Amino acid sequence: MPKMSRIGVPPVSAKARWERETLEPTLRKSPERPGPFSTISGRPIERLYTAEDVEARGGTASPAPPGNFPYVRGLHPTGYRGKLWTMRQFAGYGTPEETNQRYKDLIAAGGTGLSVAFDLPTLMGRDPDHPLSLGEVGKCGVSITSLADMERLFEGIPLSDITTSMTINSPAPMILAMYLVVAEKQGADWRAISGTLQNDILKEFIAQKEYIFPPRPSMRLITDVFAFCSAHVPRWNTISVSGYHIREAGSTAAQELAFTLRDGLEYVQYGVDAGLDVDDFVPRMSFFFNSHSDFFEEIAKYRAARKLWADAMRDRFGAKNPRSWQLRFHTQTAGVSLTAQQPYNNVVRTALQALAAVLGGTNSLHTNSLDEALALPTKESATIALRTQQIIAHESGVANVVDPLGGSYFVEALTRDMEREVLTYWDTIDRMGGMVAAIERGYPQREIAEASYQFQQAVERRERIIVGVNDFVQADEKPLEILYIDDTTADTQLARLADLRRTRDHHRVQQSLEALKTVAHGRGNTMEPLLDCVRAYATVGEICDALREVWGEYEEVPVI
Amino acid sequence: MSQKIRVVIAKPGLDGHDRGAKVIARALRDAGMEVIYTGLRQTPEQIVSAALQEDADVIGLSILSGAHMHICPRIIELLREKGLEDVQVVLGGIIPDQDVPKLNVMGITGIFIPGTPMQHIVDFIIAHARARL
Repeated sequence: MPKMSRIGVPPVSAKARWERETLEPTLRKSPERPGPFSTISGRPIERLYTAEDVEARGGTASPAPPGNFPYVRGLHPTGYRGKLWTMRQFAGYGTPEETNQRYKDLIAAGGTGLSVAFDLPTLMGRDPDHPLSLGEVGKCGVSITSLADMERLFEGIPLSDITTSMTINSPAPMILAMYLVVAEKQGADWRAISGTLQNDILKEFIAQKEYIFPPRPSMRLITDVFAFCSAHVPRWNTISVSGYHIREAGSTAAQELAFTLRDGLEYVQYGVDAGLDVDDFVPRMSFFFNSHSDFFEEIAKYRAARKLWADAMRDRFGAKNPRSWQLRFHTQTAGVSLTAQQPYNNVVRTALQALAAVLGGTNSLHTNSLDEALALPTKESATIALRTQQIIAHESGVANVVDPLGGSYFVEALTRDMEREVLTYWDTIDRMGGMVAAIERGYPQREIAEASYQFQQAVERRERIIVGVNDFVQADEKPLEILYIDDTTADTQLARLADLRRTRDHHRVQQSLEALKTVAHGRGNTMEPLLDCVRAYATVGEICDALREVWGEYEEVPVI
Repeated sequence: MSQKIRVVIAKPGLDGHDRGAKVIARALRDAGMEVIYTGLRQTPEQIVSAALQEDADVIGLSILSGAHMHICPRIIELLREKGLEDVQVVLGGIIPDQDVPKLNVMGITGIFIPGTPMQHIVDFIIAHARARL
């Protein structure tokens, strides 16, 4: 038959031909499993991805190489060949002395950065003797009441030699002030020390709900930290814009990414509105993502994150400094994915999640311990978690090559899907007047509550299998030895607090708190008066109460 | 059922992780119960007073922070003071095995750790909610 020209007829794609000629006969003989073939976020996944699928999405199967804008393939031209990610294990419980010992153990085991978990009274700006602190002191983290506790926490750990991440939000400026005073007392130069303050209040309103003050004064505290650090503590990472908690609250991967990066844009806007230069403070912003169980979706999320941030900083805010374009992030494996049933399986879950984070190019990583659906980790389980990272780094070979998945049709298509879904969410939020306005309307909260309920329903219907929970269940499980935190911490901390209140210079405390309130009423930077409060040994509760008097407290309308 | 079971879902203590509380609230509502969610950071006094005002048959507590051994006895004590001993208290969250017998002695027999199927919780509540007159 002569060859006929097919003008006006679109060419049959290679994939369509493959589907017709190769796939269909196979499907007739052996059909696929019933599925659903979708990610943990409910995103449908095709059977096969080709270059056509990437292009059809407006993406590219060969993105710019690592170190080049928009950094889909990573920030560093050498990937992990230059420097491995920081293995930063979040830890804290009981008294400052107990946590200090855990840090010394982690450093001895090869941990390369500290990460402080505070207890709920500290996170909520309450002293241990407040009625709501009943039963909470030292339970979920370390109890820090005043500068005296911070001195105990870092006793024998030179702050000039280590970087410290501190997971605290509403009272973040107070805790930073304490850290700076401890550094000062150790003789460390503020200009040389480095670390990270979570300091991300927006995700508290959205997801984790550890807020104190209303959104607008809370945003002011954050821009005060930006301004103070860019002048005095230039190597400090002033914020870790966090998706971790959004995901733990039940969001999808795309929602995690959309809301987190949009929070980031909101902070940048507030900084700019406060008169700061984008390129002065954005390079010190960092991010914190979850690594959940859907391997490729997570990898695509990190790759899309870098591109979305680079584009937004350059095009939306006109940032000139490449450091402003470069999204750096910490990752923690998904606590919510851990099961109380057959807890040893959690080691495997965590290893896969950690691998996804590494293949996505994380800058630092926390791996959860196998017993965390039951309690805070024991020393032994925390060691296995750290070893998991070391095995990935030193045995798996994945750190030998930069962005090994770059150019994978599937990963590139998924990266582009993620990007597009995020941009749609941004449009909606922009139309609402920004993230603070969207939060005030309960928008992200509702989206997350809905996704979380849908996921739970899928588990109940067994459309999603969780090994050991709704399938492969084992009746005769042996109980695990867990860390049990007794009430001696509360007794110790209460006695110390009473003692502190008796012995410190009462007049100086009152004076510093009054000075803080004056600045809070006005427009000055709150960091200087906060440092004075801390030096006077005012407690976290007293300092937050002074600001509660000025700004009031936030109360949410719950969204179910 | 002629009258709906009335459930107060509460988050006592300082913790704000409300995913579990909210999912359960919705599941119980979908199962035909009348659900009142108190919101975050409720003291035992506020929770018991909500139960009284709402004429609740069941109080569902969500505690992940480890404070349950302080909060639960106080709630049970307050219920007794108000003559609400027949209100069924159930607890969900991160509850170590070793605390379970002590909670059972207090009268809290519905204790649900992560991974519990929602239907199991619904069934438990239907079987144990105080009988409405």
